[in-house]
Amino acid sequence: MSDQEDDIILSELSDEELVPQIHDDLYDGLKEEIEESVNILLGRGWMPYDVLTKALVEGMRIVGIDFRDGILFVPEVLLAANAMKGGMAILKPLLAETGAPRLGNMVIGTVKGDIHDIGKNLVTMMMEGAGFEVKDLGINNPVENYLDELENGDYDILGMSALLTTTMPYMKVVIDTMVEKGMRDDYTVLVGGAPLNEEFGKAIGADAYCRDAAVAVETAKEFMAKKHNQMNA
Amino acid sequence: MSEKLQKILDTQGWVLADGATGTNLFNMGLEAGEAPEMWNEWHPDRIKALYKGAVDAGSDLFLTNSFGGNASRLKLHGAEKRARELSRISAEIAREVADTAGRDVVVAGSMGPTGDIMLPVGTLSHADAVEIFEEQAHGLMEGGADVLWVETVSAPEEYAAAAEAIGNVGAPWCGTMSFDTAGRTMMGLTSTGMVEMVEGLAHKPMAFGANCGVGASDLLRTMLGMAEANPTQPLIAKGNAGIPKYVDGHIHYDGTPELMAKYAVLARDSGASIIGGCCGTMPEHLAAMRHALETIKVGQKPDLTTISDQMGAFSSVSDGTGDAPAPERVRRRRRT
Repeated sequence: MSDQEDDIILSELSDEELVPQIHDDLYDGLKEEIEESVNILLGRGWMPYDVLTKALVEGMRIVGIDFRDGILFVPEVLLAANAMKGGMAILKPLLAETGAPRLGNMVIGTVKGDIHDIGKNLVTMMMEGAGFEVKDLGINNPVENYLDELENGDYDILGMSALLTTTMPYMKVVIDTMVEKGMRDDYTVLVGGAPLNEEFGKAIGADAYCRDAAVAVETAKEFMAKKHNQMNA
Repeated sequence: MSEKLQKILDTQGWVLADGATGTNLFNMGLEAGEAPEMWNEWHPDRIKALYKGAVDAGSDLFLTNSFGGNASRLKLHGAEKRARELSRISAEIAREVADTAGRDVVVAGSMGPTGDIMLPVGTLSHADAVEIFEEQAHGLMEGGADVLWVETVSAPEEYAAAAEAIGNVGAPWCGTMSFDTAGRTMMGLTSTGMVEMVEGLAHKPMAFGANCGVGASDLLRTMLGMAEANPTQPLIAKGNAGIPKYVDGHIHYDGTPELMAKYAVLARDSGASIIGGCCGTMPEHLAAMRHALETIKVGQKPDLTTISDQMGAFSSVSDGTGDAPAPERVRRRRRT
């Protein structure tokens, strides 16, 4: 029985043992252990960006897979994301100092006419858990809210959510306005919500439809990777 | 009071509940983004028409237009101080419709979730949740509801908070949860888990079960799971009329009245005795369901193959119940 084993002393683990231990501790939502481990790796001379990607983001990727597959559910995922944020708080100032590439900045909001926000809040928490910066505009957003925020900030991704069949067409209004203003191609547009599907996402001109919060994170990461590759090409 | 519900259950053996609220109100001109509960005050005639639609189609029980009438949801419309009042009005209009129906009709005071996630993973405390539900429960009972009706809940903690609040008010109640994630609620509760959870409540519901969720097939699987756990209370099945599809700029639920009639019969065969619809279920569906329940005899409990053959495929292979071991990730060492 694992209970009978001695307590793990994190600082006594080698790097090869500590990184998988971090993945496990994220899975179990152990915030204090994550914070301790992040500090240990930094103390051993790890680059903040490596701590973020190899330890934390990879750990949350595993959480995301099991959420997608119906092994973990919302409460466990929120605890994991909370533990991740504990580690992220330590890394954030260091990442900026060392000029590490950012994972991505996102604006998210429920569209005009729609007051549902649980799914959108989950995506926000999972995206933050995966290391993204997220600006949450809340519910019932007219097109101006999205565009003003995009224009006044430094964003890569726009996320829109709708739960109602009557409000989901408004996503197209936002995308059409972006096209008119010549800013559509500057952003990756992700859409989600219970009544949507991939076909709808394509029909309105979004880059992708995301079935759930875990898929949103993976999709955002794919688009950010493409963007980095293009910039480096 | 609740004797009326018991009486219909005893004499008829089953109760036909109502169908959709939102779908019907949108058809009457509700603008997306508006709080439906404001219509209790602004358009009582339309709310009356909504209720009458269900009653005239043969429903024995219908829900009040108060699903989002709690302080937490109304706050999104700057109306958080009006939860009790708007809930009361929704029940007053319902009382009038039920009392002029010419037969026994039960007014069930709808109480939807707060929309917040509870501590420790979220921000809502148990005490605040109880207070929010209690205020709405008072309003609904003052307006003349026969029973309170908690619905579409995902978290067992929130269901328990509603139970405690309703206990404080001293009202009878029914309560359903929404099983929409791989056969479980969003928070991971299984159908059998709900039966166990209900057994542990101090102020138990008169009946409990499932509403909304994915499609009729999943909902029937949930019923089978609950029935298997030998609940002491009657089971409630309120499934959606099929699945919403986006066709040429508008939405359409693919469940026909014939399909919902089959669903009603299967729900009863699966062990449910309070049967209704949810999103997309219109009066014509209810009438077909009533006709089927009245004319078709109670049959054998269906198996999963019968359900998927008649109602369509399930959204997930397993729903987390039964003997199949739950998939688990192997980790180095578990600590707590």
